[in-house]
Amino acid sequence: MSHHKLEARNLSYAYPDGQEALKNLSFTVTHGEAVGLIGANGAGKSTVLALLMGLLFPSEGQALLADVAITKKTLPLVRQSLGLVMQNPDDQLFMTSVYDDVAFGPRNYQLTESEVAARVAGALDLVGIPHLRDRAPYRLSVGEKRCAAIAAVLSMQPDILLMDEPTAGLDPQARRRIMNLLNSFSHTKIITSHDLDMVWTVCRRVILLKGGTVAADGPAEEILTDARLLESCGLELPLSLQNCPSGQAR
Amino acid sequence: MRKESHYIDNLRLLELLARQKSVIHQMNPLVKLLTTVIYVTVVISFERYEFSALLPLLFYPALVLAFSGTPVAPILKRVLLAQVFVIGIGIWNPFFDTYPVMFGGLSVSRGWLSFLSLILKSILAVTALFLLIATTGMERTAQALRMLKIPKIFVLQLLLTYRYITVLLEEAARMTRAYALRAPRQKGIHRSAWGSFLGQLLLRTVDRGERVHEAMLLRGFTGEYHTGAAAGAGLRDWAYLAGWGLFFILVRAYNLPVWLGTLLTGAMIK
Amino acid sequence: MHMADALISPAVGGTMLLASAGVAAYAVKKIQNEMDDKKIPLMGVMGAFVFAAQMINFSIPATGSSGHIGGGLLLAILLGPQAGFLTIAAVLLIQALFFGDGGLLAYGCNVFNLGFFTCFMAYPFIYKTMTRKGYTAGGIFTASLVAAIVGLQLGAFGVVLETLLSGRTELPFGTFVLLMQPIHLAIGIVEGLVTAAVVTYVWKVRPEILERASLQAPLGRIQLKQVLTGLLMAAVLVGGGLSWFASAYPDGLEWSMERTAGTAELEAEGGIYQALADFQEKTAFLPDYGFRVAESVTGEAEPEEAWPAVSAGTSVAGLVGGAMTLALAALTGLLVSSFKKRRESAAV
Repeated sequence: MSHHKLEARNLSYAYPDGQEALKNLSFTVTHGEAVGLIGANGAGKSTVLALLMGLLFPSEGQALLADVAITKKTLPLVRQSLGLVMQNPDDQLFMTSVYDDVAFGPRNYQLTESEVAARVAGALDLVGIPHLRDRAPYRLSVGEKRCAAIAAVLSMQPDILLMDEPTAGLDPQARRRIMNLLNSFSHTKIITSHDLDMVWTVCRRVILLKGGTVAADGPAEEILTDARLLESCGLELPLSLQNCPSGQAR
Repeated sequence: MRKESHYIDNLRLLELLARQKSVIHQMNPLVKLLTTVIYVTVVISFERYEFSALLPLLFYPALVLAFSGTPVAPILKRVLLAQVFVIGIGIWNPFFDTYPVMFGGLSVSRGWLSFLSLILKSILAVTALFLLIATTGMERTAQALRMLKIPKIFVLQLLLTYRYITVLLEEAARMTRAYALRAPRQKGIHRSAWGSFLGQLLLRTVDRGERVHEAMLLRGFTGEYHTGAAAGAGLRDWAYLAGWGLFFILVRAYNLPVWLGTLLTGAMIK
Repeated sequence: MHMADALISPAVGGTMLLASAGVAAYAVKKIQNEMDDKKIPLMGVMGAFVFAAQMINFSIPATGSSGHIGGGLLLAILLGPQAGFLTIAAVLLIQALFFGDGGLLAYGCNVFNLGFFTCFMAYPFIYKTMTRKGYTAGGIFTASLVAAIVGLQLGAFGVVLETLLSGRTELPFGTFVLLMQPIHLAIGIVEGLVTAAVVTYVWKVRPEILERASLQAPLGRIQLKQVLTGLLMAAVLVGGGLSWFASAYPDGLEWSMERTAGTAELEAEGGIYQALADFQEKTAFLPDYGFRVAESVTGEAEPEEAWPAVSAGTSVAGLVGGAMTLALAALTGLLVSSFKKRRESAAV
């Protein structure tokens, strides 16, 4: 049994006002996969992430990690193996220095201060920002903030990384750096994004959502090159593929 | 909008200064906080007509400025800006206390003396506070508060507030700019938009609070705030505290400038 | 209306610090009992919100001017009294440290004036009572307005009392009150109007936020009594401990008591106007004033010898010595920093 197996089983979720966000949604992600979770605004991407992380609980169905249902009881364990990088780093980096922020998680798991220091140093090295350790998060550039937010999750040493729009608002070079970083991770990854070129570069598999259900689930080569399918779900072909329908631009 | 940039400038400057390295910066934050508390207490313990006796207390900011490499001008500017309320209250002294006294051969109203004393005290106290934060920074000040056994809830919330000031100031500035662009001849927000303008900022803040809470939960937060272990105070730190403490008490107990002056003028007469 | 360090005496500052610490300890305990860890980040960002809110200018109808809000009442309404109080305390600490608004020893005064009166007096006894039967637009309006005004009036009166007890200024009680209360009436009205507008908006758009805040355990009478008893005991304790200080320096606490009593008489005679008129008469010709004073000093200086350091002899010595001290302090600082710079450049 792998800790890396993450499953959504017949998930449904309705907001308190009755609006249905997810309808009977199922998929399984296994060890080492890099999955792009795509869909138009309001398709339910963020809700899926929230359900997987146990921030919300489904009205029907189950989210399972390693075949164990994600419930209030199993949350502490679940959150040790799942790391979510939020869309807005300003929400995620709430401490006054990068170091304290990256150390926040390990400290909550009662590690000794020397272990914490090792974890922080390791995480900052991994994302390439050891020089920013004493800086205030709000004084960083958007790209640096994103790196710091990823480091804050990596320091918890999760098995699976969930990322909400990791390239939003980045300039081209910063975006490229984040993409290289993501490719260098051996973690199981689930990435939501509208940046289909990034998904094309980073993810082998794509799950396409439409109106709270799975519209398609398969290899990126198939889904991201299917202009008609993408259009019916409110998306477009990745820019790099728009003039080469055969999809050989990769 | 001036106020906003004043806020942001102050935060940025003091943060930048606190990141410098010097003997003073390396001192234990609790020791620095305690030194500042003793200093301010001594400063404000002087009676209303004391002026010359206060002057030796200038040695403290002068030396801290010098040893920490903190630039004088920006600190002084901010210290003076902070005097408005004190001047507003103190300026009445010369009006109500017109009893004449001889001061160095000139006769002045005693109210001026107490006014000057008040302003000097205020300048010394505010300078000491700015110097504390300029050589310590917010995080290490928060560590000092933890060492004083201030409850973790308060310290964590203090740090969170501090962290989000810049974010929210910028958000408010963007909103104000957007409003002003569409209402060019208005001074401030019109009454019809009071509720929705500030209310929207408020709702976004509440939502942000929830997202921050989620971010904390995801990293194992259970209501308990774990700070890193701060380095304890060493011999040098305590010596610093004791040294300044003794000096402050000496200044409080004896009017050193009068001694010095008597010595000098006495010598001159002879 | 932040109290500054220089305006208070150590006795007043210390007492108020203890009083505020007592209230804060009670608030922390209450919040911990609530066991709602969601509140901590909310308090954090709401504190930051207050900074942002204070910077926004609201145009005041029919005056051509604009004002801003303090945000204390708004915090109490949205977070409840305990969390609201702690949030104000955090805001005030940052204002003191980073902006020179307030001070270290005056911190207790400020927390009490701006936090306690709003969160534990105006909010429970006025706002809560007036909105007890549920929210209506009119109810929110009146309750916010009255609570903001009362809270700020109490706070302003706190400033007056603390200043007078400290004996650092010459402002007579009556003048000071006449100066402070009307200004804070205006400030309170703006505060109340904007608070009402915001609360009404939130109530219409997201009523659950207000409900959540008012769901917490109400501030019962017994608890308030406990708080007040605690405060009283703290005050007595501090007062007792500091009476040594007061008697060792007779012109401290006791002096200011006398002074206040004395000015009450002055009030009866015509108060501020008389005093101002006197002053004007005396200062009509400054040279004349100086001359007259010089004459009168010789006759009157003797009985006033008790005042510190005002006799001609010591004041010359004080001036010379003071100037020397000033020069020495500046010189030492300059020497140290130039020495430091030289060493640093040598190291590079």
